[in-house]
Amino acid sequence: MTEAQTETKPGQRPSHPDITQRKDAWWGEPATIATVFISFIIYATYRVFENNYFESGNFLSPFYSPKLVFDWWKFSPAILILWIPAGFRTTCYYYRKAYYRSFFMTPPACAVDPYGKDGYTGETKFPFVFQNLHRYFFYLAALVLIFLWYDAVVSLFKPEGGMQLSVLSIVMFANCFFLSGYTFGCHAYRHLCGGSLDCFSSCTKAKTRFKVWEFVTKLNEHHMGWAWFSLFSVALTDLYIRQVCTGAASPIVLFQF
Amino acid sequence: MSEHKAKEATLKVYRGDGKEGKFETYKVPMEAGMVVLDAIHYIQANYAPELAVRWNCKAAKCGSCSAEVNGHPSLMCKTRMDHFEDGEEIVVQPIKTFPLIKDLVTDVSWNYRVNEKIKPFTPDESDTKEWVIYQEDIERVQEFRKCIECFLCQNVCHVLRDHEKKDGNEQFMGPRFLVRAAGLEMHPKDTADRLEYLKEEGHIGYCNITKCCTEVCPEEIHITDNAIIPLKERVVDEYYDPLGKMIKGIFGGGKKK
Ligand code: SF4
Ligand code: SF4
Ligand code: FES
Ligand code: FES
Repeated sequence: MTEAQTETKPGQRPSHPDITQRKDAWWGEPATIATVFISFIIYATYRVFENNYFESGNFLSPFYSPKLVFDWWKFSPAILILWIPAGFRTTCYYYRKAYYRSFFMTPPACAVDPYGKDGYTGETKFPFVFQNLHRYFFYLAALVLIFLWYDAVVSLFKPEGGMQLSVLSIVMFANCFFLSGYTFGCHAYRHLCGGSLDCFSSCTKAKTRFKVWEFVTKLNEHHMGWAWFSLFSVALTDLYIRQVCTGAASPIVLFQF
Repeated sequence: MSEHKAKEATLKVYRGDGKEGKFETYKVPMEAGMVVLDAIHYIQANYAPELAVRWNCKAAKCGSCSAEVNGHPSLMCKTRMDHFEDGEEIVVQPIKTFPLIKDLVTDVSWNYRVNEKIKPFTPDESDTKEWVIYQEDIERVQEFRKCIECFLCQNVCHVLRDHEKKDGNEQFMGPRFLVRAAGLEMHPKDTADRLEYLKEEGHIGYCNITKCCTEVCPEEIHITDNAIIPLKERVVDEYYDPLGKMIKGIFGGGKKK
């Protein structure tokens, strides 16, 4: 029988002398997520301020859609629109989990306790109390999504007339598909479409809402997956369009008439 | 009894109370199908009869044997020994969040005091007809009824565990009681309103939906997705969505209450 006397640090208990006893790579997930987030933010910021290479023929980058061009606005038109998807994702229940863990370390991983008693206020005070406005961002993001579907359809038409199917159009449709799965699996929407009811069978309207809620629940179960797939698809769609604009890539027309 | 030559496991178990104590190392012969609780019982029977441990069913159904095994909050009777590497040192600690009485036994009575603050099931008194409740109306609530009150979620929740929001007007009710409140709020026959309690006293806003409660729940209740987030959205309905309230005021609708 060996013995190991453990020292008590302030605020810690002799039964829990370290921030964790976990032996697995608990820091792996928050570190990976932080890296991906930072890369995406750098790329998106670069693209917004590049203010170029976002439209080629009928192909419009999702970062710049809907295209808002006004005389009084001298900066990148992307700024006028990107606050919507940015706000939607920042207040998203899944991304909140991800960045609270990765950036704020509240907590970095389960049963890993870096803080001790402190002034933590969660989502009750400024700025995090604004997370409660997530549903407003949902309404706006759903609106933007309509434009993205419209852009994908428009990309099937050649500016000079006639139609074409290109790999780039397929990419744009796939992006819309992922974004739709993400947007309509939203927790706030799950509440609004039916979750707020206590009784699903009480009347016909409740029954329809129950059906919608059931579908949204299915999407919602994989909300994290949709969140990541749509983040990558949006960045890759933009990158592809950028490369087409610069002439580095072609939309790869499969057939046209 | 297995036929093979018995392997040995090494357990490092916390011995002591909340003020002082140390980790003691014990060797335990492995048996087929053995769980951590069996190993603790072996230690009790062979080396340390005074080792304090709380258990009852050994079937993951009573919720008594909560502890932390290699830093993971878990039921000792559900944690299989063959899940560890050969020769791995297995650290067994009491749960951290509640006052330690002795060795692996904690005083979880704080939870019962929180529970008393939740308005109990309140059906409509005038509803004297026989109740007919459809499966789709009660399914959500049934998930929450699976809770065995092991308090592993309360233990792992960083708001209670790390930031120690347990007392006074900063008390966080914790995931287990958010589950209970959700089961009552979503019950089709319940008429009470608990939203003010949830926001002002239970401080649902302290939860930052980082999902550790969901990760540890042995009953696999989707605590965050199905209980906490829907309740947060109901709190938003009441306190943070002036537009939604106005629309409901004009067109009617909303909840039965
Ligand atoms: S999701 Fe909320 S209640 Fe659950 S462990 Fe995290 S902070 Fe606590
Ligand atoms: S919700 Fe799950 S983890 Fe929490 S007390 Fe109940 S069974 Fe245990
Ligand atoms: S919860 Fe993720 S988009 Fe609303
Ligand atoms: S002894 Fe009952 S849950 Fe482990």
